[in-house]
Amino acid sequence: MQVNKNKEFEPVIVAFCCNWCSYAGADLSGTNRLNYPTNVKIIRVPCSCRVNPMFILRAFQRGADGVIICGCHPGDCHYTSGNYYARRRMTLLFSMLDFLGIERDRTRVEWVSAAEGAKFAATMNEFTESVKKLGPNRRLEDLRCRKQ
Amino acid sequence: MQEAIINRAKQLLADGTVNRVIGWKKGEFAYDITPAVFETAAEIDADFVYDEFTAANVSKYLIKESKKDGRILAFLKPCDTYSFNQLIKEHRIVRENVYIVGIPCDGKLDAEKIRQNGITGIRTVSNNNGILKIDTIYGEETMNFDEAVSERCSVCKSKKHVVYDELIGDDGEIADSGRFDMVEKLENMTAQERYDFWREQLSKCIRCNACRNVCPACTCEKCVFDNDNSGVANKAAADSFEENMFHIIRAFHVAGRCTDCGECSRVCPQNIPLHLLNRKFIKDINSLYGEYQAGADTDSRAPLTDYKESDCEPSVVHERGTE
Amino acid sequence: MQRIGVFVCHCGTNIAATVDVKAVAEALKNETGVVFSTDYQYMCSESGQNIIKDAIRDYKLSGVVVCSCSPRMHEATFRKAVASVGLNPYMLEVANLREQCSWIHKDIATATDKAIVLGKAAIAKVHLNAPLTAGESPVIKRALVIGGGIAGIQSALDIADAGFEVDIVEKEPTIGGKMTQLDKTFPTLDCAACILTPKMVECSQNDKIKIYSYSEVADVKGFVGNFTVSIKKKARYVDETKCTGCGLCTEKCPMKKVPNAFNMGMNNRSAIYIPFAQAVPKVATIDADYCNMLKNGKCGVCAKVCTAGAINYKQQDEIIEEKYGAIIVATGYNPIKLDKYDEFAYSQSKDVVTSLEFERLTNAAGPTNGTLLRPSDGKHPHTIVFVQCVGSRCDDSRGKPYCSKICCMYTAKHAMLTREKYPDTEVYVFYIDVRTPGKNFDEFYRRAVEEYGVHYIKGMVGKVTPKADGTLDVQASDLLSNEQLHIDADLVVLAAAIEPDKSARPLATMLTASMDTNDFFTEAHPKLRPVESPTAGIFLSGACQGPKDIPETVSQAGAAASKAIGLLCKNSLTCNPCVAHSDELMCNGCSSCEKVCPYGAITYINKEFKMPDRTTAIRRVASVNPAVCQGCGACTVACPSGAMDLNGFSNSQIMAEVDAICK
Repeated sequence: MQVNKNKEFEPVIVAFCCNWCSYAGADLSGTNRLNYPTNVKIIRVPCSCRVNPMFILRAFQRGADGVIICGCHPGDCHYTSGNYYARRRMTLLFSMLDFLGIERDRTRVEWVSAAEGAKFAATMNEFTESVKKLGPNRRLEDLRCRKQ
Repeated sequence: MQEAIINRAKQLLADGTVNRVIGWKKGEFAYDITPAVFETAAEIDADFVYDEFTAANVSKYLIKESKKDGRILAFLKPCDTYSFNQLIKEHRIVRENVYIVGIPCDGKLDAEKIRQNGITGIRTVSNNNGILKIDTIYGEETMNFDEAVSERCSVCKSKKHVVYDELIGDDGEIADSGRFDMVEKLENMTAQERYDFWREQLSKCIRCNACRNVCPACTCEKCVFDNDNSGVANKAAADSFEENMFHIIRAFHVAGRCTDCGECSRVCPQNIPLHLLNRKFIKDINSLYGEYQAGADTDSRAPLTDYKESDCEPSVVHERGTE
Repeated sequence: MQRIGVFVCHCGTNIAATVDVKAVAEALKNETGVVFSTDYQYMCSESGQNIIKDAIRDYKLSGVVVCSCSPRMHEATFRKAVASVGLNPYMLEVANLREQCSWIHKDIATATDKAIVLGKAAIAKVHLNAPLTAGESPVIKRALVIGGGIAGIQSALDIADAGFEVDIVEKEPTIGGKMTQLDKTFPTLDCAACILTPKMVECSQNDKIKIYSYSEVADVKGFVGNFTVSIKKKARYVDETKCTGCGLCTEKCPMKKVPNAFNMGMNNRSAIYIPFAQAVPKVATIDADYCNMLKNGKCGVCAKVCTAGAINYKQQDEIIEEKYGAIIVATGYNPIKLDKYDEFAYSQSKDVVTSLEFERLTNAAGPTNGTLLRPSDGKHPHTIVFVQCVGSRCDDSRGKPYCSKICCMYTAKHAMLTREKYPDTEVYVFYIDVRTPGKNFDEFYRRAVEEYGVHYIKGMVGKVTPKADGTLDVQASDLLSNEQLHIDADLVVLAAAIEPDKSARPLATMLTASMDTNDFFTEAHPKLRPVESPTAGIFLSGACQGPKDIPETVSQAGAAASKAIGLLCKNSLTCNPCVAHSDELMCNGCSSCEKVCPYGAITYINKEFKMPDRTTAIRRVASVNPAVCQGCGACTVACPSGAMDLNGFSNSQIMAEVDAICK
């Protein structure tokens, strides 16, 4: 494998966005032409509570360097309580990943409303930057899935 | 104690209260004890044992046993009653088909610890006020009970039975045992140290699934790891990721349901301290969402099926002290 | 294996300017299962849609991926298009190349790369899509209103007016609720009875409305459009069909020492009673706790005097089962109990009253016939102290954390009316803040202060002590002048916080409707769906959802009614097919999913399974009602075995997307 020293590390970032708030917020940052890196790829889910910890681990296994979950602000969930459950699940999962020595900055939850296009773009810029600083995910990847 | 238990078992069989008894019998070695179902007084006389090594939690067996005809007698140690109660809460056990006799427990021995002390060829062990008299094929040895007791019993969370139909002996109290000390120690390490610790531990995993099979919370009809459609099915680990994934998912699936019985670590042939993962969840749940003991009752909401509007944000993990 | 067609849209230059659309179409052509791939200027246009339709026919496509704008924009358009040529509309996925790619990136090379990845993810998902059919469930054209206060009355009248049958269940012997106890209403000061009683009569005379008075909801089964409700008609020992409401029995009843709840216990009534003159239905009820005949079989006077022969001492509670399409909850509120507030001497002195008691003391139908008299000695009070926020905005466990909303205004009303009728009476109001948002509310309050000379003092009352001369020593602080005050009061009126009726919590459990920590029903969306419960088919009317004054209650009651009418108008409901479903073979029956379901869509059934060894086993398994499930997916993650999955966003679909993005 060749190492191109001039090429900056480009992390793969998976963003799970709830359909009602954050996905709409992401659309809004597009409508307002607010820039954020191409590293971020969005997966649409009905609600942040649809995000199974297995999806997050799967992303890391397949070579993602960062995973971010976005949902409606607490109290604003389209399904009234989904993001509250997601909040507990993600808090405990992230704490566990931290306990296993996985870098904390690889995971994040952010509440982004449908009106917060600017927040969505800013969050993605910030998150990509912090994952870039960490370098490639080595601690939680499946060697067989490493890109050639 | 064994005599009292056997007598009571035979009485309850004789008067027709139950038609079977679940308890323990000896395996190849004195410390090698397995759960067993007895149907007659003769079988009980022949094989039933309750001693320093009868550590196995029989609650999980009652899922299947309670669905059979008749009623089964189960002897439950205090920590087993939590597992039993949790299974009642999850509608897995038919309560009226089980007659529970709560039995006291002063802690069970860990044969591995005795061996580490240089004592091998164990034949029998008897406890005399905290001094173990160990009869081995090489002669008699002694050892302090406190040194040979298993880790989980040395930090026993409760000597109180949370569910029973009758008790043999007196009920105990819930203890404040310092069971989170090791978790705390790990938390205070750096991320790299924690990673190295777990890498070393988890890389020992041979995916024998013993932890899963013994766990009274892992009672799924079909485990996600055996389900081809789940996307995480795998057998023997081909990559270090898979042990990580397996143990994280397993711990997550039992989070809020794990009673901290410690069976996973007891049965691990590689001596991986798997209970630390569960305890980490328990510790986090206690500190973030309020004290919660799975199995302490049968009607409260589990922490992961509950929420408060004022719950902390996931960023609390980032805000914690050490990196 | 699916046969997938990929359609890449230029969106004029919106996408094409930053994404090389031809390269995207070309790259996606090589993906497994893709048999057709093309690009076009405007995919959403008529001719763009025709390209998709033609390709479905020509290439026998089983799946379609459109790479275009956000699915929030045109997913419905494209679904319609594919359905028009016979492909299941749920065999379509949209890759968002505009809002989430071309519009946010500037570099063509990287944007194109990202567009290809997004296309691949959509293709990977479509591979696992399955045809989904939206189910239908019928709607029973009858509504139930629980609670017969002004909220329930208004909702019922509006629904009946739209032509639907509606039943009111009221736990008291009469409808009317709290408003019947009020004297005048702010800010217009019209008499409560004058505006309420015609509505009560209208309810009883409307042949679409059926009133179950002295009844409670005992059980609720079913789901939106199809609820089965058991109503417990409590025994009132009077045959409603025979009783004429003449009231003779209430006069002759020898047991006259029953505290009169309608007058807040400030006078007595008889054991057989009609709560008040304008009660609807105007039917007598025997209070079984006091009736001598029912207690020890000695009396029977009422049966003797009743010419209609309506008295029936052997009457039993009766359970009636009825089916409804929609349910409106209007269970209302109560003032909190003040027994924990010793500092105000409420339990020690008769002259310390709640605002609702004060309301009765000024009401013409009240215990004093409308003359304001001290309850202790029947003398005219010359100094009255009103205390605001008793238990409202309270941070300890005795009270409520919220503002009860109505107290500022009704206290201003009380103060004003007192000063108007009895100009010799000094009126003091102690407050934390005076909150007067509402039409003509602030003007009303200012009139109380400026025209009627009510003394408003910012500060809380610390202690009320009954003195030997029968007056009350009110000790308070004036926060503005920073002084300690002592007022000799003849009467102290406490504005007790209001709380949801105690029946609301068990009712919410029956309805699987959610509640907040204060036992107020929660709305489906606090801003956009304020009169609907998250549980489909349940609507919220009045103070059961939060503290409200009368105009707000009436407008919310109308809104809840219109939502219910919107539901009842439909013959059947089309269900969202993207709902959860459980694999019974894998389900443990552990109830985790049921606990997190915000809609109560999950129930458990005992199902017989044939086991591999030819025996049968009965297992408890989850069953999702597709008419109730809204498809959030909370259950899928709560399920440890992975038995619960979500149509349209299945575990394997999302993982396929993850894989496509990460690879």
